[in-house]
Amino acid sequence: MAEARRSTTEPLPIVRRKHWGRWISAAIILVLLILLGIALGNAQIQWDSVPEFLWYRVMAVGLLNTVLLAVIAQGSAIVIGIVIALLRRSANPVARWFAAGYIWLFRGLPVLLQILIWYNLALVFEFISIPLPFGGYLLHEQTNVLITAFTAALLGLALNESAYMAEIVRAGLNSVDSGQTEAAKSIGMSPGATLRRVVLPQAMRVIIPPTGNDFINMLKGTSMASVIGVTELIHAANNISSNNLLVMETLLAAAVWYMVVVTVAGVGQHYLERAFDSEDRSRSAFSRAAKALRTAPLVRSERV
Amino acid sequence: MSEPLLKAVGVRKSYGHTEVLGGIDLEVHKGQVVCLLGPSGAGKSTFLRCVNHLETIDAGQVWVDGEPIGFRLRDGKLYELKEREVARQRRDIGMVFQRFNLFGHRTALQNVVEGPVRVLGVPLEEAREQALDLLDRVGLAHRADAYPAQLSGGQQQRVAIARSLAMKPKLMLFDEPTSALDPELVGEVLAVMGTLAAEGMTMVVVTHEMGFAAEAADEVVFMADGAVVETGPPGELLSSPKHERTKQFLARVLA
Repeated sequence: MAEARRSTTEPLPIVRRKHWGRWISAAIILVLLILLGIALGNAQIQWDSVPEFLWYRVMAVGLLNTVLLAVIAQGSAIVIGIVIALLRRSANPVARWFAAGYIWLFRGLPVLLQILIWYNLALVFEFISIPLPFGGYLLHEQTNVLITAFTAALLGLALNESAYMAEIVRAGLNSVDSGQTEAAKSIGMSPGATLRRVVLPQAMRVIIPPTGNDFINMLKGTSMASVIGVTELIHAANNISSNNLLVMETLLAAAVWYMVVVTVAGVGQHYLERAFDSEDRSRSAFSRAAKALRTAPLVRSERV
Repeated sequence: MSEPLLKAVGVRKSYGHTEVLGGIDLEVHKGQVVCLLGPSGAGKSTFLRCVNHLETIDAGQVWVDGEPIGFRLRDGKLYELKEREVARQRRDIGMVFQRFNLFGHRTALQNVVEGPVRVLGVPLEEAREQALDLLDRVGLAHRADAYPAQLSGGQQQRVAIARSLAMKPKLMLFDEPTSALDPELVGEVLAVMGTLAAEGMTMVVVTHEMGFAAEAADEVVFMADGAVVETGPPGELLSSPKHERTKQFLARVLA
């Protein structure tokens, strides 16, 4: 004890802590992983057939439909979401109530239920028509023809997501200080120009990260379209396994594709965020999205 | 004397049941600098915001250069204007805010260019030259490409003044332009405002800087509780106020 209290001027060696706990927990994790690997090795899975299934024609169709559904649904959801968010902030109380009700309804119902409702719309409406004021129709078509399985899935996914997007956009718009709007007004900018030139560009930094998250969710959410027979990845996998009964192998092939598209989307999100966060904030949203594409390593050319 | 550039008549404004402005009358002639003084909560800022219709008024009128702000006079009645039409009127009325409110996603130069290009339709090259001139006048030509976040408060406020001037306004409103600044940065902003005043710009300034009011103002207006208490040339009002409220306020501020 006496030694510990005595201070000294000569340099003393420092002994670092050993962190035994870290070594032990790392060992436990590795052992568990090895055991899991052994278990999987003993599983009755024909591993070598998985890569084969990846390139089946129906898998390619499934992959295409999954990506198409996700991209179109997310794109429409962003547009509708912006409109609903603006209504939600409108001075018109009826518009505000409508927007709140819209979000309440489309966010509240399960996506699967919404998809099923759209898919079965023909049961209650035989025709969908938009009549013209002096006779005749702008649109008059059997619901069955108009709303295919793909359209029904698209409607269900897009409308559900648009409710979430409306909240994301609203949060983004609210994040921009009201002083920005006042400054824009004070130099005589119209309300539309104020929104486009001043508020939205600054709201993007808040809007983009959760939107990227939602898009990744959307990519997986398309799997619900399999229920109504859209040939997306899950349906494609089931399609193959109903012939060869290799259920797990085909599902794993679908899993691989999901991980691929989700990873690509994640990388894209990273570069998009970086582009919108960069110093050069003067560019339009479009040119910055283009910049994100250019700087992403997968498409980067030699010159850059 | 000629018709005043700014004429406020009986301007009233309430938030809910709280009356913030209880009938303000004010006249500012072309080239005049008027300082609004008074304790916080007196309604000075609210009144200033009524002048360019950032706040709607409940009663009374605000005339700038013979036009009722926020309204159109027809058949002896004032018809409320659409937001787009109010935007047109605001082109001629510059405003400088306490919190600067520079557009955060644009450089100093882009902040100044935005109004002329987007609102007035000035060609970009021409607007850039004018903007650089203006930045030079506020002593910030060398910071043209800096973003607001990279500028000090005083620099931001000077860019904000340049942004307002770029619209070639007839009237400039300053809403406590130095209240959010560190003490050592107040001087550079006041210097720019002083030059502006000397050049003949018509200005209405809400401020707590008694020195600026004494030097630059042609007229000082003391407000309290949503009303004008007393008005006069700075020499008179600041040194020998007539009203008890004014005396109390000045005693506290100048102490």
